[in-house]
Formats: sequence, C-alpha cells, structure tokens
Amino acid sequence: MEILVASGVGAMTAAGVYLVLRARSFPVIVGLAMLSYAVNVFLFATGRIAINLPPVISKDAVAYSDPLPQALVLTAIVIAFGMTAVVVVLALRAYLESGDDAVDIGADDTESGQPGESDGLGESAGTGR
Amino acid sequence: MSLALIVLLPFLGALLPGLMIRAGRNACAVATGSVTLLALILLLAEAPAVFAGEVIQARWEWLPQLGLNVTFFLDGLGLLFATLILGIGLLIIIYARFYLSRRDPMGQFYSYLLLFQGAMVGIVLSDNILLLLIFWELTSLSSFLLIGYWKHLPEGRQGARMALAVTGSGGLAMIAGMLILGQIAGSYDLSVILQHGAEIQASPWYAPALLLILVGCFTKSAQFPFHFWLPHAMAAPTPVSAYLHSATMVKAGLFLLARLWPALAGTEWWFYLVATTGLFTMVMAAWIALFKDDLKGLLAFSTVSHLALVTFLFGLGTPMGVVAGLFHIINHACFKAALFMTAGIVDHEVGTRDVKRLGGLMALMPITGTLASLAALSMAGVPLLNGFLTKEMMLHEALRTEWLGNPWIIGLAAGVGALFSVAYSLRYVVHVFFGPKRDDYPSKPHDPPFGLYLPPLILVIPVVLIGLFPEAVAGQVVAVTAQAALKGPLPDYYLAIWHGFNLTLVVSLVALAGGALLLWRHAAANRLRLAVPRPEAKRIFEALVRTLVSISNRATDVLHNGSLRRYMAVLIATSTIAGAIAFWGATHGPGARPLTHASPVVILAWAVLIGACVTIVLAHHNRLLTLVIVGVVGVLVSLGFVYMSAPDLALTQISVEVVTVILLLLALNFLPKESPRESGAPRRARDGLIAGLSGLGVGALIFAVMTRDVSSISAFHLENSKPGGGGTNVVNVILVDFRGFDTYGEIIVLAIAALAIFALLDGALRGPAARRLQSWIPDQERARDRHPMMLVVATRVMLPLSLLVGVYIFLRGHNEPGGGFIAGLVVAIALLMQYMASGYGWAERRMKLDYHFVTGVGVLFAGFTGVGAWVASRPFLTSDFEYFTLPILGELGLATTLIFDVGVFLTVVGSVLVALANLSRLARSTEEPVSEAPMDVNPAALDQEAR
Repeated sequence: MEILVASGVGAMTAAGVYLVLRARSFPVIVGLAMLSYAVNVFLFATGRIAINLPPVISKDAVAYSDPLPQALVLTAIVIAFGMTAVVVVLALRAYLESGDDAVDIGADDTESGQPGESDGLGESAGTGR
Repeated sequence: MSLALIVLLPFLGALLPGLMIRAGRNACAVATGSVTLLALILLLAEAPAVFAGEVIQARWEWLPQLGLNVTFFLDGLGLLFATLILGIGLLIIIYARFYLSRRDPMGQFYSYLLLFQGAMVGIVLSDNILLLLIFWELTSLSSFLLIGYWKHLPEGRQGARMALAVTGSGGLAMIAGMLILGQIAGSYDLSVILQHGAEIQASPWYAPALLLILVGCFTKSAQFPFHFWLPHAMAAPTPVSAYLHSATMVKAGLFLLARLWPALAGTEWWFYLVATTGLFTMVMAAWIALFKDDLKGLLAFSTVSHLALVTFLFGLGTPMGVVAGLFHIINHACFKAALFMTAGIVDHEVGTRDVKRLGGLMALMPITGTLASLAALSMAGVPLLNGFLTKEMMLHEALRTEWLGNPWIIGLAAGVGALFSVAYSLRYVVHVFFGPKRDDYPSKPHDPPFGLYLPPLILVIPVVLIGLFPEAVAGQVVAVTAQAALKGPLPDYYLAIWHGFNLTLVVSLVALAGGALLLWRHAAANRLRLAVPRPEAKRIFEALVRTLVSISNRATDVLHNGSLRRYMAVLIATSTIAGAIAFWGATHGPGARPLTHASPVVILAWAVLIGACVTIVLAHHNRLLTLVIVGVVGVLVSLGFVYMSAPDLALTQISVEVVTVILLLLALNFLPKESPRESGAPRRARDGLIAGLSGLGVGALIFAVMTRDVSSISAFHLENSKPGGGGTNVVNVILVDFRGFDTYGEIIVLAIAALAIFALLDGALRGPAARRLQSWIPDQERARDRHPMMLVVATRVMLPLSLLVGVYIFLRGHNEPGGGFIAGLVVAIALLMQYMASGYGWAERRMKLDYHFVTGVGVLFAGFTGVGAWVASRPFLTSDFEYFTLPILGELGLATTLIFDVGVFLTVVGSVLVALANLSRLARSTEEPVSEAPMDVNPAALDQEAR
C-alpha cells in the first residue's frame, strides 16, 4: 500500500512538473493542478496510512487515523481550487489581451513565431522588454 | 523625556506645514517656525544643567536583544550642534518664507525641512549608535528630498541623486564600521564605547572599523575624494544650501569625528588618514573655489575647504586641535550661513549669481553688501572678525606638526590653503559688490525686504562680537563643548585676538597679502589653471554609474530573460538537487513501520492512476482530453481518500473536482483547443529528466515518511475534540475550532481570489481584449440543442434535493463527515447546474443574490464569530457550545463554531459563483445569441401546435 501511494505521488509529481515546463499556458495550469493533487496526497500521507479508521469519535472505534494532516489538506484542496481558478482566468485574460498563450516573454515571440523555443539554458536570449 | 521630545517635535511638526499651507504662506511659516522654536526652547532649558557639567540622559528599551535601544544624551557637544541645527533652522525658515516664490509648494518644503531637522537633531543627541545610524540614513533621505525640491530642474534631480548615491553608500560603509566598533566595545551605547578607547585601538579590527567609519564621515562632509556631490547639490533652493551646507548635514560627519574622537583618535592611522585628507581637501577645494563663477559654486567649494580645515584639526589628534576645530565649527556656521543667504539675496534681486555679470552692487544694495562683506572678510580671516581667530589657531597647530618626519610641509600647505581662502573670499566681495556699476543687470537691483536680510543680519552679529571679544562671548561654550568631546582635561589655551608677534601671525599676514595679490592677477591664475588637466569628478562619477547600470542590465538580461519556463526549470532542478545532496549527505536506516496490505482493487486503481499520468503527458496537446484525464485523476484521489479513512477529504475533493473542471471548461471555450508541438527532442528529454527525477525524489521522500513511526500533536486533538470543541468529527473541529484562525485566513484568501477573478475578467470587457472578444468566432461546432430538455427538467427537480443535501451536510459537519467547506461546494454545484442547464440569462433573473455580497458577508460572519469571543472576554475565535433537547429532533449540540462555519459556507458559495458569473459575462459579451428561454424546445408550444 505504501509503495502504491508513494509511486502514485511520484507519478503525479512527474506529470505535473513535465506539464508545468510546457510552453503554453493551458498545459501549465493543468500541470499545476496535477502538482496540487500530488502535494495534497503527500501531506495527507504524512499522517501515515490507516484503513477504516476515520477520525470521528465513537465508542466502537479501536483507533483513529491522524486528523491533523486531513484538516490541513482539506483547506489546501479548497485553496488549490482558488489558485487554479485565478491562474486560469489570468491565462485567459493574457490570451485575450495578446492573442497568444505562450508562457515565455521575450523577443522570440515576435521574431521567429516560435515562442519559448530559444530559451534553452545557457543560451542568452535577447530581450524584447 | 524632554530630550526625546526635542527629537520628536520636528518629526511630528512635519505634518503641520502640509495642513497649514491651506491657511496661507504666512500661517505655514509661522507654524513651522513655532515647532522649531519650541524645540529650541526645550533644548535651551537644559543648557544651564549642561553648562554645570551634567549629562542629561533619556532611555527606553526597544530591541534590547540586539543592543538597540532608544537612548538619548545631551552633553556640551550635543548641545552645541543641536543649538546650531535648531537656531539656524529657525532663521532658514524665516528666510525661506520670503525666498520661495508663490509657485513653489511651500508646505512640502517646510515638511521636508522639518524631517531633515528632526533627523539631524536625532544624530547629535543619540547615545545608541544603531539609533544614530537610523537618523544618519534619514538625513540622507530627507536631504535628497530637499536638494531635489525643484523637481522641474534636471540639475536639481541629478544633484539630489548624486548626493543620495554618495552619502547613502557612505552610510552603508558607516553601518559596517559602527557594527564592528560595537562588537569591539561590547556595547552599542556611545557612553560605553567612549570609555573603551584603548581597548578599541588595540583591537585588530580597529583599522577596518576606522576606515569604514571615515568613509561614512568623509562622504557626508564632502571630503576628497567624495567632495564632488556638494557643489552639484547647489541646484537646491538657496535656503536649503544655506541650511544643509553651512550648519547641518555636512557637519554631521564632523560631529561624528568629534564624538568618536576619544575612542578612535590619537593613532598613526587616524593622523595620516584624517589629517592628510583634511589638509589636501582644504587646499584643493580652496583653489577650485577661486575660479567658480557661480556664487553658490564658489561658496560650495569654500565650504568643502572649511570642512576640510576642521577635519584636519580633528585629525591632528591633539586636544588643542579639537578645541580649535569645534571653535571653527561655530564660526563657520555663522559666516557661511550668512554668505549663502546673501548669495540668495543677490540671485533673488539681481536675477543672476554669475560673478562675471555682477559688480558694483554696493551702492545699489548697501545693506546686503555690508553683511556679505563682513561675513566674507571673516571667512578670509581678517582680524577683528571671528574667522581670524580660528585660522590663527589652525596655522599655529599646523606649523608645529611633522608629517612623515618633515617639519614644514604641513605648515606650508596650511599657509597656501589660507592664501587661496583669502583670495576667493575677497573675490566674493570685490567682484560682486565693488567695481563700476553696470547697466546690464537682468533686473533692477535693490535691497530685499526686511524678512530676507534679517536672518543674515542676526548671523553677522556673532561674527563681529566673537571677533572682538572671543573669550567673553564664546569662551565658555567652546570650553564646555571641548570638554564633552575630549572626555578629558582641557588643554591650556586662551581665546584672544593678540598672541604676540610670532610665526603664525607672519604666515597669516603673508596669506592675506598673497591672497589679495592672487585676486589682482586672477585672470593670469585662471590661465594657469586651464593649462593643467583637471579630472572632472562629475563625469567620472557618471561613467561609474553608467558602467554599473550596464553591468546589472546585462546580468538581468542573462538571468531574467523573460522565459518563465527556464526559471521554472532552474527552480525545480535546483530544489531536486538540493534534496539529493541533503539525502546523500546523511546516513539513513530502513523504515521500521510494517507495510499495509494492498487489495487487488487498490492495485487496479493505482494502475489507472499511473496510466492517467502517462496519458496526460503524452496527450497534453489535446486540451479537452487533458481535462478529462484531470477529472479521472481527481476522482481516483477522492477514492483514495475514502479508502484511507479520510471521508471529509474525499467529499471535498470530489466536489472541488466538479467545480474545477467546469471552470477550466468555461475558460477553454475561449482558448485554443490544441497546444502546438513546438518543443524539440532535446528540450523534451531535458524536461522529462527534470520531471522524472523530481517525481522520484518526492515519491521516495513520502515513502520514507510513511515507513517510519511518528508521534504528533494529533493525540491532543483527538482527546479534546468532544470535551473541548463539542464535536465528534475531529477534522471539522480542528478546522472551525482548534485551527479556526487558519481557516479564517483561508476563507479570506478564497474571497480575495474571487475578487481577483472579478477584476481580471471585468478588465477584459474593455480595451484590446474586448475587441478580440467581439470579433471572436467559435472554433467548434455548437450543439443544436444547447439547453436540452432532459437536463433542464432533471436539474430543476434536483435543485431542492441538492440544496437539502447541502444543508444536511452542513448541519452534521461537526459530528459526522461534512461541514461548511463541503456544503458550500455542494450548494455551489447545485446552482452551477442551473446555469449550465437553463442558460445564464434565465438563471440570473431568478437568482436575486449578489455573489460578491455573499462572499463578503461570509467573511464578516466568520470574523464576527471570532470577535464575539471578545464580548465574553476570551481570545479571538474561542468557541462555546451547549446541548439542547428539542421535541422531535432529540438532543442537539449547538456550538458557536456553527456560526463560524456558516461564514465558511457563504464564502465558498460566493467565491465559486463569482468566478462562474464573470466567466459567463465574458461569454455574453461575444455577441453570441443568448437563449432567453429556459429550453430550446418549448413543450407547451409543441403541444399547442399539435392541437
């Protein structure tokens, strides 16, 4: 079970990071959403895995799962939603203003029409600011 | 107490001019003046005690852990400087009232002036050197405002910038020096530091500390090689120049030299650094002053020269040097402030301050001419005026000091400096006021109104009186001041005009004669000056600044090139590498916690999750498909939460999932539906590597966490949930009770997010975005049946049910899984469904609520619950609960946290619907036909047709 959760978190992180590194705003937003899942499950799992032990006080319960990470994650989920909503609207506004949804800014948008491709590490890109 | 008040008064008073200017310029000046006058009276009330040898102290703890305390003390040295600052400040306020024209914003001027005054008084009265540094920086900032007061003049702005750059960076060096000094002495209090002089001078850190502090002092007091900012600061209005450059700002450096004299002076380092710099600057600045055609430029360089004279005297390291230096500070403040004021009068009344265009003004402006001549002759060191006395003392000291074993070089240099000084002082008199009357003055010269010549008149009185009766007028002041500065016995001296016929007098007379001769041959001397190359300090400074700017521009261009992807890649790669380094830098054992068994269903769900992750990476160019996969992952995560004993999380996750996907879909409506393939294979490989490694790291980390046991504070929450919070659902109790303050913060964040969305989308309805929207053509085929009857009917039937579910989830939240967050999301989804099924226009007419209002009310609700605890004199957000027995429902526990949860509920509903409503507004602005009818097909109409 632990292996499955850990590898699941790892897979979601990897997918999220890969998408965050894309050149257009929409995949980046989706990547952020994936990263939020990964982070939420990560935080949740710091309470260790417990099955059939919900943190609701009752006379029959033998033990409880850790309620604290759950409370933290609950608000984190809602906040992550708020963040995703703001970011997607930000991306939408940027697209409507400029007609382009490239993530990178620089001279490259105007010169080659290939935004983001000439920003490799170590290359010094020109500035269009 | 009154000490702190003296410092605070100008700061508090700085608010007055801005208000009083509405009542007129006179009222403004009077208000400003009375603030300064009051501070001066408070100060002078302490004077008798100080003259009796007392040191008055005031102390408040501020940050005792850092050694930073608000401590003030007043001794002779502080008294002298504070009197100069406040006294001359008062005269400047009078003078400025008549000097500034109606176009100048006078309220602003007086506010800046008082700020500056407060900062200066703070410097001279601070006991704690950290506090002193704060005031020191404040003088740099407020003098920037004053020098750049005439914002419309480029010289004013450049001069202000240069002054700030030079004195500000000097201040930084000073901070470092002071910190070292405090470390050596073991205290940041001056009274302690000054008693540890021997210890400080023996420390290996003495030289760096001294060097850094001197950089601070020399930049402030415009000593070579930092002298160049002062002449450029002359672009300021004349009252500013008179104040900053005669009595205050530039004297701050000298004050500090005097203040720290017992701790730092007397070493070879001190002598060669301070005395040499002073001597060199004195001669050089005097030479330059001689050829300045601008009256204020001439005075600026003469100021540099005279400051250097005092620096030289302090640098000698002898008690007699300190006495002479302090005496000269008094004399110089009087005659130089008067000179600046007369220069301002000439500028004001004649219309120019170019020496080449002046001359013969004595007959036209006799009062100004007399005052200026007296002050200038004092500066030249003519007997019977106060400048003569200190020049004699300086020459006397210089003539008996050796420099690197050479007995005459210092005396010679000092004599030459005195000679130049005579020449430029006489030039100020002869070339401006004497000679033939001209007929080409820019305006008709005449003596100014009384208010304008009163201040210089007041200043010239001590120039003459001290010159005639030095011991009677200034003797006691100098003695008390010198004693405070020396922290030891006074040397044997007597202030007098006649010390007998000696070498000093000979040098003095030679300087007077030579100066007159030099002025007579001024044109020839000027040709000589033009023949030798002169480095232009301003140009060097500007080249330096340009170089720095271009270097930082280049660095910014390389580092910050606008590629957000690159920043992101660097950030993630760096944190991954940092994690790896930390991992391999320590030893680890395997986890001891036994693994949990996984059932086949779980393995299946895991396989789907991994498959979804792989698919989303491979197929991310298809945005719609990406969204579907995000939904799948969200559902799997909620299932995971259910399975792993977190019912609240599962409920939250699944409802958030719905809302998120709907919002993303609405946004995607306007965005391209495909991402172009534009990353090359190397780039994809690089990103894949970063992604893979970070995923591996995060996965390994959480595995390591899960396989180890932990003891946390959760036991407390489990134990106290029911007895303390009145609820059995521990997660909800934590949210609304134990950690209620966090939750309060979080709903505020949510509300802010809603407002940000509103602001972003509202702005999109104007400007280029709106034009783009209006010409927007849907890139996908529209459904023929946009509001399907089945969906419309189903959602309407379900609405009351789903609202009821929301209320149920809300009410049971405290004891069973549920609560405000989840109920809010459920209700929001129920309402969202109405909008989606029946169309925004239809639904909006039936929803009378303003969602911004709902959001705000939610936050207020939660806030007021918290404040309610104050009424019961408990801390913010303390909860209380009571059990009620109701006829049918049975026992019901009600806690105040329920009201808090209502706030959470309302905020969530409001925020989600604000986001939706604004996205819909966007859609409606695209001139798409919006269905006003609830359904595209009206069954009733069909029925009628059939009949």
